[in-house]
Order: sequence, then C-alpha cells, then structure tokens
Amino acid sequence: MDTHAAFKKPWLAFLLLLPSLVILTVFLYYPTIQTFVLSLYQVGFLGLTKRFVGLENYQVLFTDPLYRRMFVNTAVFAVSTVALSMAVGLGLSILANQKVSGWRVYRLLLIWPYALSPAVAGVIFLFLFNSQSGIANYLLGQVFGVRPDWLSDQRLAMVVVILAAVWKNIGYNVVFYLAALQNLPGDVLEAALIDGATPWQRFWRVTFPLLSPMTFFLLIINTIYAFFDAFAFVDLLTRGGPAGATTVLIFSIYRDGFEFFKTGFAAAQSVVLFAIVVFLTVLQFRTGGRRVHYGG
Amino acid sequence: MSKRTANLLVHLALSLSVAVVAAPLILAFIFSTQTPAQIFSYPPKFTLGTALLENYRTAWYEFNLGRYMLNSFYIAIAVTVGKTVLSFMAALALVYFRFPLKNWVFTFILLTLMMPTEIMIIALFDLVSDLGWSNTYAALIVPFLASATGTFLFRQQFLQIPLSLVDAAKIDGAGPIRFAWSILLPMSMNVIAALAVIEFVYMWNQYLWPLIVIREGDRQVVQVGLRLMMNVGQDATNWGIVMAGAILALLPALVVFLLLQEQFSRGFALSQEK
Repeated sequence: MDTHAAFKKPWLAFLLLLPSLVILTVFLYYPTIQTFVLSLYQVGFLGLTKRFVGLENYQVLFTDPLYRRMFVNTAVFAVSTVALSMAVGLGLSILANQKVSGWRVYRLLLIWPYALSPAVAGVIFLFLFNSQSGIANYLLGQVFGVRPDWLSDQRLAMVVVILAAVWKNIGYNVVFYLAALQNLPGDVLEAALIDGATPWQRFWRVTFPLLSPMTFFLLIINTIYAFFDAFAFVDLLTRGGPAGATTVLIFSIYRDGFEFFKTGFAAAQSVVLFAIVVFLTVLQFRTGGRRVHYGG
Repeated sequence: MSKRTANLLVHLALSLSVAVVAAPLILAFIFSTQTPAQIFSYPPKFTLGTALLENYRTAWYEFNLGRYMLNSFYIAIAVTVGKTVLSFMAALALVYFRFPLKNWVFTFILLTLMMPTEIMIIALFDLVSDLGWSNTYAALIVPFLASATGTFLFRQQFLQIPLSLVDAAKIDGAGPIRFAWSILLPMSMNVIAALAVIEFVYMWNQYLWPLIVIREGDRQVVQVGLRLMMNVGQDATNWGIVMAGAILALLPALVVFLLLQEQFSRGFALSQEK
C-alpha cells in the first residue's frame, strides 16, 4: 500500500498536513463534540444559565407529539424528494444519453440545475405558487378550473416545498447518472441487443442492474442533502407552516436554537440529525466500496 | 417503427424535458422584466415587460445585491482556493511520504465526511462568537478551508500516476516540492477543475450558516440577500425585482458550472476507481 511513499522526511509530511488537521479539529471535531455536551444541558436565554439535565431533552424530543409530527414531516420530505428527483434524473439521463444530433446542447440544458441554489429555487417557487399572481394557479385555473391556495393548505404547502427541492436536485442526479451511463460496458449491451431483447428488457435486465452502485451512492447523498437543503425551502416558502405542516428537522433546529434560544434542546435535535448522517455514511462505506463505481 | 420516427420521438421527448426543466427559470426571467402592474395583470403576460433595466438596477443598488454578490465572491473564491491548496498538500503527504500513524491520519480526515456544518451549527456558532468572529468574513471562510472530499479526490489521482515518474524526478534530484509543483500539479488539472466547481457552487449557494452568523447588512451573502428582499416595509412584495434578484444570485454559479462542466465530469471519471 505504501509503494508510492518515496520521500522520507516525516517533518515535511507533518507540515503539509498541519493546516488541514488544525481546521478539521477546531471547526469540525470540536463543535461536534460540543453539540453532544450541549444536548445534555438546559441553557437559559442568551446562554446566561446552564443546567445539566441528562437525557431530558431527548425524552421531550421523542415523546412530544409536536416533535413526532416534525419527524414525520422530515421523512415525508426526504423520501418524496429523493425518490422523485432520482427517478426523473434517471429518466432524463437515459434520454440525454441517446445519440441524436445536438446531444451536447440537450445535455447542457438538462444538467444546468446543478448550479441552482435552494434559496433561488425557493424564491422562484414562492412566486410561481403565490395566491394572487402565481402562474401555477393561472394555468391550473385555465385547464382544470381550480385555484388552490397552495401555501395555506397543510398538504399542498408540503407539495410545493417538495416540488421546489426536486427541481433543484434534478441536475445533480442527471450529472452523475449520465457519467455512469457513459461508462457502461458496451459489450454487455450489445450482447443483449443481439439476443433480441426489447428496449424495455434491456433497460430492466441489463442497464438498471449495472447502474445500481450509482443508484445506491446517489440514494445516500441525496438523502443526506435532503435533510440540510430542506432548510432554505422551508424558510423561504412556508416558515414551517401552516400549523407546523412543513416544519422539518433542520428548520426546527434553527428555530429552537436561534429564535427561541432553546440551545440545549436544539443541540439534542442536532445529535439526532448527526446519528442519521453517520448511519447513512457508514452504510455507504460498508456496501459498494468507497465511492462511485462506474460500470462496476 | 422506423429509425427516423424513433429519432424524431427522441428529439421530441428531449425538447419537452428541456422545456419543462427550464420553465421555472424562463418564467422568473420574463417576470423579472415586468412592472407590478404587468405582473398583476390578468391574464398574465408571458412576454417581456418594460422594466428590465429598472428592476435589475433596483435589486442591485437599493436591495444591495451588488454588495452581497461581491461578498459571496470573496468567500467562494477564498474557500475554493484554500480548499484546493490544503487538500492538495494533505494528499501529497498521504501518498508520497512515509510517516508514523499514516492510516490513522487518513481515517481522521475521512471521518469528517460525517460532520457537515449543518449538524453542529449551535456549537459552531458558540465557538465563532467566542473567537469574536461574528459578522466577519473569517466566520464564513475559515471553518470550510479543509476538505475530506478534496483530499480523497487528490489521493485517488496521485495513486494513479505511475511510480516511475517519482523515481525519474528523484534521479533528476528533484525534492518533494519540485516534484509536486512540476509533475503532480499539471497532472491533476481535471481534479482541480472538478473541485473548483463543487466548492464554488457549494459556497456560493450557502444559506443557513451565513443567515445565522452574519447579522450586519454589509457583510451578508447574496443568497440571504434574496430573503431580505421579501416583504420589506408595508408594501406588497415587488415580484419583478425579487425575480431579478433570483436571476442575479443564480448567474455566477451557473457560469462557473457551464465553463468547467466538461472538466468537472472528466475529473470525476478519472479519479474514481479503476
């Protein structure tokens, strides 16, 4: 494993690593540990008082119906966003992988949402779905004769948040699925073609299984980001409402921590989020090796 | 079905997909050129309005987006450059040097993949406040300067470079720094481009952390600036100006991505597996 290690000056190696190690220790490891410590305390307004309460924060978190609903919202948001944006992303990259004239332009026009930010997507959807001048309602009114008040309806508000997140995520999935498709071993696909498999069979029996390492990688990455990205969408579109219908974990952490100043309680919620991320990352490392496998 | 019909169908499906994906952005642009009266007209006008220059000027000057974008630039560029340099150095040490506890150091770096900022914003905010960094660029830059992803990508790239090159360099009397500068660096351009896209877009799009740590107007970033454009004062939101702001806030990340997207894809293909 160490065959490349040609140089022997350990002090120089140490010097090269020092900046990275210092920053990771001070700004990642230390705050992570502090988050655990804080989660065991009840912190008074502005951090003036601090009382050790053990696991009480967690107990409240898991028994209060308000927070149970928040976890359900988080799951609904994450599962729908990930499933939809990955399915659409896969479909679009298969289309974009076809060899037709102008494929370069088509590809570019499908992957650009990679650069979209949650805030930009959120603001645009806020406008498209607002009740007075929103275009969504104008079109729906023309076609179906309905004009729902999207952001004041508990279910519809979540739908808008999910749609905005899906739109922002499509580009990311198309970039990675396209890369995977281009690296598929051509001989296997050709063999299937010669065997007379229909396009449908070729996709489900050959392409899709070959893509499964990438699908798994994207599943984990998309899920992790869904937990974080949710913040901007919820903050801009609904502020967690109506009636808590779109309050998700990361928004709840922000509000409890920086608006209600329940620091210890917000830290406990952060630990839950941390546990989810660790679980997903370990799962990713355990199965399917380290990172992406193109073509297996 | 003949080959020609099939081809036509693919074109049709592609055009339709492209249009649907772009629709929200196209609408945002169209309405960014309209006056409030034009936006609220019924039926809505799907043609360019008369307030293009005025809306963008108002967003830029009165809503301070020009200033915010400059801040976002500083931060995104500082972090992109810093992360690239630091992870290049770290990978250089991990691949080409022999030193004790090497595997432990690598694991220590990789484990930080599980510690995104969002998870520890509470404690990080306390730390940054204690350091006296509230409202400073330092708070937006320094915590992001090291990168497990970057170190990992460079390490994979270095491991693929033939050993004979190191030997040749050593015979020529080159030390590790010369070797890194004149051989590793030029051979890692795809990885650098890939990292530049990832990090620039990531930093440019940051929202939660700047919202928390920057409370003073002049230091804010453009994504949070968008939030500040909504319902200011008693007036109803002027959507034309807000849409102009959204377009402005998107452009730099989009330009960087489009300029480097080919190297970005290649950098990934090269650095993974094999």
